[in-house]
Formats: sequence, structure tokens, C-alpha cells
Amino acid sequence: MADDDDAAADRLRDRVAAFLGQHDPHGDRIEFLRARFDAGLAWVHYPVGLGGLGAPRHLQPVVDAAFVLAGAPDNQPRRNSIGIGMAAPTLLRHGTPDQHHRFLRPLWTGEEIWCQLFSEPGAGSDLAGVTTRAVRDGDDWVVTGQKVWTSMAHRARWAILLARTDPELPKHRGMTYFVCDLSGPGVEVRPLRQLTGEAEFNEVFLTDVRLPDSLRLGAVGEGWQVARTTLMNERVSIGGAPMPREGGMIGLLTRTWRDRADLRTPGRHDEILRLWVRAEAARLTALRLRQQLVAGEPGPEGSAVKLSFAGLAQAISGTEVELLGADGLRHDDWSLRRSTEPDLLGRGATYRYLRARGNSIEGGTSEILRNIIAERVLGLPAEPRVDR
Amino acid sequence: MTNLRYDETEEALRESVRALLRAHSPWSAVLARVDGVESYDPGLWRRLGTDLGLAGLAVPEALGGAGAGFREVAVVLEELGRAVAPVPYLGHAVAVRALLTCVETDLLGEVATGERIAVLAVPFATPPGPPEPTVVGGGDLTGTIVGVADALPADLLLVPATDGLYLVEADGPGVSRVPVVSLDATRQLCDIVLDGAPGRRIAAGHAAVGAVTDALTAGAALLAAEQVGVAQWCLDTTVEYVKQRHQFGRPVGSFQAVKHRLADVWVSVTEARAVARYAADCLANDSVDTPVAAALAQAYCGDVAVTAAQECVQLHGGIGFTWEHPAHLYLKRAKSAAIGFGTADRHRAKLAILADLPG
Ligand SMILES: Cc1cc2nc3c(=O)[nH]c(=O)nc-3n(C[C@H](O)[C@H](O)[C@H](O)COP(=O)(O)OP(=O)(O)OC[C@H]3O[C@@H](n4cnc5c(N)ncnc54)[C@H](O)[C@@H]3O)c2cc1C
Repeated sequence: MADDDDAAADRLRDRVAAFLGQHDPHGDRIEFLRARFDAGLAWVHYPVGLGGLGAPRHLQPVVDAAFVLAGAPDNQPRRNSIGIGMAAPTLLRHGTPDQHHRFLRPLWTGEEIWCQLFSEPGAGSDLAGVTTRAVRDGDDWVVTGQKVWTSMAHRARWAILLARTDPELPKHRGMTYFVCDLSGPGVEVRPLRQLTGEAEFNEVFLTDVRLPDSLRLGAVGEGWQVARTTLMNERVSIGGAPMPREGGMIGLLTRTWRDRADLRTPGRHDEILRLWVRAEAARLTALRLRQQLVAGEPGPEGSAVKLSFAGLAQAISGTEVELLGADGLRHDDWSLRRSTEPDLLGRGATYRYLRARGNSIEGGTSEILRNIIAERVLGLPAEPRVDR
Repeated sequence: MTNLRYDETEEALRESVRALLRAHSPWSAVLARVDGVESYDPGLWRRLGTDLGLAGLAVPEALGGAGAGFREVAVVLEELGRAVAPVPYLGHAVAVRALLTCVETDLLGEVATGERIAVLAVPFATPPGPPEPTVVGGGDLTGTIVGVADALPADLLLVPATDGLYLVEADGPGVSRVPVVSLDATRQLCDIVLDGAPGRRIAAGHAAVGAVTDALTAGAALLAAEQVGVAQWCLDTTVEYVKQRHQFGRPVGSFQAVKHRLADVWVSVTEARAVARYAADCLANDSVDTPVAAALAQAYCGDVAVTAAQECVQLHGGIGFTWEHPAHLYLKRAKSAAIGFGTADRHRAKLAILADLPG
């Protein structure tokens, strides 16, 4: 098995070398990325013709490393995290061949950014409560409703959209999943300012938005099944790249601790050490999860990683602000930025503290995650429900 | 590279240990023993240490052992923790580690077969770092060592003395072992009193300090595996219980206050497993990071096991508070283990030095 892998890795490196022989990594960035996609070297586990080679997923790092070594541009995955982490696997699994060919390449190159139109003012944790309507009209669907907390909508060309197509049916069954064209008429994106001052996310108003039926993903009424693919990938995509010890927020905190002897107290010392230990435990857990994925043993550890990273980010950033004392009373910038991702390491401690509050809300709250762990991992009985 | 998974041979090893424990050391048998004067199970040790060949798991084949390593030892310890098995496996493994450092080849052959149980004679609560010997050396040894784990059933004592590390026959002249009424009766402590006991010096000076320090580091790393096993049993057992126990017309496991607490236990056990695996892997490979990994393991895993055991008692309600239910065996094992090889705060203090986080 390992030998096969080594041989396959070598063949992939040869492919990358051959590709680099024909395409200048220092030429036009988008042309280069398109060619890389067409050569099947975008995401190797995707099928041939869709950016991949049908190779084992765990060989992707081999390809990425070879491109990094050559100084090639990457597709800036963080700029399109919803597209790459969630929309793409959902499209691949539930989309038609036409949809695959229309969407996957510009998604991967980052020419088209994606966002997720799921949450509504009245439907967050209970996502199946969405009320945005999609009504059939000939070959089109006409969509009306309001979405909220939509990250990236101000940059996105496309959205994955969950809408109600049959209000008569019980809530999980009356929904359908669409790809929504945000450039069409009837779509209005308004910045929604966050407690950090910036606006990563938005309100999105959909008024008689016409979507051709070719933009439907999966069967009519099967939206919940399709959405489950998205949500599963949402939780798996967290915990991303391998991190060295003291990578991430804990590194900022320990650097301050080492640099500022004047701030140290015995109580704070123990607190820092406890956080250091927790951060290391979370890091090793994520590492173990990745090693299991590579070995083809996906475990439920992903939920643990998302839950503990959220709690840890909040604890570390809270301690950091207090450790700074007088400096912890100052904030770097309240201006309404239209950022597309949280700048957790680039900005000041108070920003980190505030932004980290979102870590236990976005992508499913920590409470909902605990329910999922209790029910799906531990097999505990579900809460009695009044709504079905 | 670091490997935090279990490979196929390790899983197979786990299965055989678990099957043996299921057959020969169910919790009812453990419970029956803890009322006795000495709670160790010599029959179980023979099956495990000698028949299954696990006593010498970490000893190279050339020296008479199984030629595996400390990753495998850790897997055995997880299962022993899961069964709160009353065998001196941890103490023996720690002594093996010391002997490996001293390259005592003849001796290793004897302890590798499990015929003779060896133990490092230091208080179980010894924190990381070289201990201050309480025994005066010079050939015949004199002094007292209190609260030693796994020493009651031992044949050989490795005794750190003022002038080196000595080997002492446990039932030889001048040695008395006084059983201690212990919080954890499944790992009973004893006080060792040496009064002119003849000993053979097997290491002196730096070598002796190094051997003892290495062995204590190994103890800290390996104890974490046992703690994971304890925590996992507590979690599994509680989950099963709250699924079938009904109150207010529904399973108590359907109440969110209960579910969320168990979800949190699951997260921390999952993390403790990664931490403990890292410690075992470092130990097995003589990684330069072993001191950090071992300190991290005892700074994290002890509390996880204690919390899991406390939740186990709590969520079993009145039944969990009875002598007849095994939960208390795990609680006592977990709480004692949290002190074994030094409490978490001492390991954090160690990390402060190792990771350069000065106070
Ligand atoms: C930074 C950020 C970015 C986001 N980006 C997007 C995006 O791009 N696209 C998108 O669609 N959405 C996005 N969201 C929305 C997010 O998914 C929702 O906010 C989240 O699912 C929670 O829903 P809610 O806000 O309606 O809270 P509610 O569901 O109303 O919850 C309120 C509180 O009740 C608790 N609660 C609810 N139900 C239960 C239960 N059964 N048991 C116990 N406690 C419960 C919750 O945990 C929470 O504490 C984003 C949110 C944030 C903060």
C-alpha cells in the first residue's frame, strides 16, 4: 500500500514537472491556473475532466508541494472558502454534467467566488425552517425571500441556495436546492455590520429572482438531502492545514508573554500554561484526524476539532486582551471594512477577542455541534420535537 | 514522522488483551479483590505478562523480549485502564525502561519473560525530574520509600540511593514492604523499609540519574494511555446507561443537559487520545520531544480521566454511588493516577521551562 502510494506520488510529481515544462509559473496567473485545472492537477481526487485524475485524495499535498516549490501561484483557497470547501463537493455529488462543466473550473481558479444563502432571520440553527420561496414558472423558478449573515456575498458571483418549493409538505421535505446567480435582477446585497465594525457578511434580499431550472441542484423536494452534503463538508473543512506547535493564536499570546516580563503574574502564568496545553491537545487531535483521513479512516473527530478550536480561540483571545492590561483597552480600527475573511492573526488583540465570538456561532453553533456529537457519535436519543 | 494512529498489529494486540481481560478479569472479579488484603491478581499477571508475552513487549528480541516497543505497551495500558485491571504492568514497564538505559542484559531476559516483576522504587507521586533519594547507599541500603505503586507483587526493586541505582531482591534480607490502605485499591501502594538490605549497584552518577529520570518520563507518558482507557470506559458505560434509564417518561440521555456534558467528555477523551498517542510515539522513537510530550500528557490526560469518572458517577445517579457498581473503581483509579508521576500543575511548571514560558 505504502509502496503503491510512493509510486503514485512519484508519477504525480513527474506530471507536475511535465506541466511546468509547458506552462510558465511566472506568466499570467489565471491562464496558469486554468491550465492546471485542465491537466487534472487542481484537486487530484476529482474525476478526469473536472480538474482531477481520480487519484486518492491524500496525494493532493504532493501536488500542492510541487507547485509551491516551483513558485507557482495558488488559487488563494481562503478567498473562496465556501466555494472550494462546500459548493464544489456538493456540485460534484449532486450536479449534472452541464453544471460540473459550467461551474467547477472558474470556482477552482477563483475567477468566480461563491457564497452560501442558507440562513434566514427566522431560520438559523433550525435550517429546515427556511421560508424563502421558489415557485415554478415554465422553465424558470421565481425566488423571493430574505437571507442573512451571508459571508462573502459582496464578492460572490454564485450562491448555493436553499428554498422552499412546497409549503404544504412537512418542513424537511418541501425544500429544493439551487445555484443562485447573484448578478441577475432582483438580488440586493446589503452589508451587515458585525460587532467588530467590519462587514464580512451581508443581508441578501431576493425579489422575484428568476432562475432557470438548469440551476436546480438535485431533484425537486430533495433540497434537504443535498444540503446535508454541504453541511457535512462544512464541518470537515475546518482544521485545515497542518500547524506547527504555537502556530495560530497561541503563538501570539506566548510571544507577548515572553516579550513583556512586566505583564507577568503568577495567576496569569498558570492560565497561559493551561491554554498552551489545550492548544497543543487540539493541534495533535487535528493532526491525528488528518492522519486518519489519509489512511482512509474518516472519524468523527472533525466535530471535536471544530468545537474545541472555537472554545480555545475564545479563551486565548480573552486572556490576551487582559494580559495586555492598559493596551487591552485600545482597539486598532472600527471602520466598516468589507473584508472577506477574518484576519485573526493580522490585527490587534481586541479584534481577535471580538471576532472569536463568531467561532462558536458560524458553521453551526457549539450547542448544535454538541447535539450532533451526542446523537450521531454517541447515539443518544434525539430531543422530543414538536415540529414534525 | 509522528504517527498518531494505531496500526493493524496494534489493533490486533488490543483485541487479544481485551478478550483476555473480558474472560479473566471482569469488573466483578476486580471488585471482589479490592476487599482483600492484597488486591493484585497473580493469575492475571501470568496470563498477560508471561503467556501472552506482554511483560517484555518493549525489550528487544536479542535481549529476550518481544521486540515491539512503547507504542504497543501503551496500547496494552489503555486496555488495562479500561478494565481497571489489578496487575503491576505499568510499574514493570517503567522499570524495564530504566533497565534498558542501564543495559542490564541478563536481568532484562528475566523480566522480559514476566517471570520476575521489577519495579522502580520511588513514591508513585514523584513529579518529573530526578528525585531526591531517601535511601543511603554504600552496598547495604538503609532508608524508607513511601507510597510505591506496584511494589507489593514485585520480585526486584530498583532503588535509587545516594550513590547510584541499586538492584534489591524484594523478599531479601533487610527489606520489608508495608501495604498502604490506598485510595486506588486496584493499584495498591506500599511503603518500603530498607534496613541494611544488600543491593547490587547497576548505575552510578549521571547514568543513575539519567536512568531514573528517563523511567519517570516514560511513566508519565505511559500513564496517559491508561488514563485514556479509564476515561473511555467511563464514557462508554455512561452513554449506554443514559440510553436505557428512563425518567419523566423518556430516556435521561435525551435531556440536553446530559447530552452536552457527554459530548464534552467525548471531545476531551478524543483529545486525550491524541495527546497520549503522541507521548507513546515520542517515547517509542526516543524523540527529542519526549520530555515535552510526557509533561503535556500528564498536564492534560489526568484531568480528562477524572472528569469522565466523576461524570460517570453523577450520571448514574444513586446506583453510581454504590459499592456494587464499578464506577467507583474507575473514579479511584483516575483520581490516584492524576497524582501519579506528579500532578498536572507540576507538569505545567515543567512545561514552562521546556517551552520557555517563564513565570
Ligand atoms: C461570522 C458568521 C458568518 C456566517 N456566515 C454565514 C453564511 O455565509 N451563510 C449562511 O447561510 N449563514 C451564515 N452564518 C449564520 C450561522 O450559520 C447562524 O448564525 C447559526 O447557524 C445560528 O443560527 P441563528 O443565528 O439563527 O441562531 P439561533 O438558531 O436562533 O440560536 C440562538 C441560540 O440558541 C441556541 N440554540 C438553538 N437551537 C438550539 C438547540 N436545539 N439546542 C440548544 N441550543 C440551541 C444556539 O446555539 C444559540 O446559542 C454566519 C454566522 C456568523 C456569526
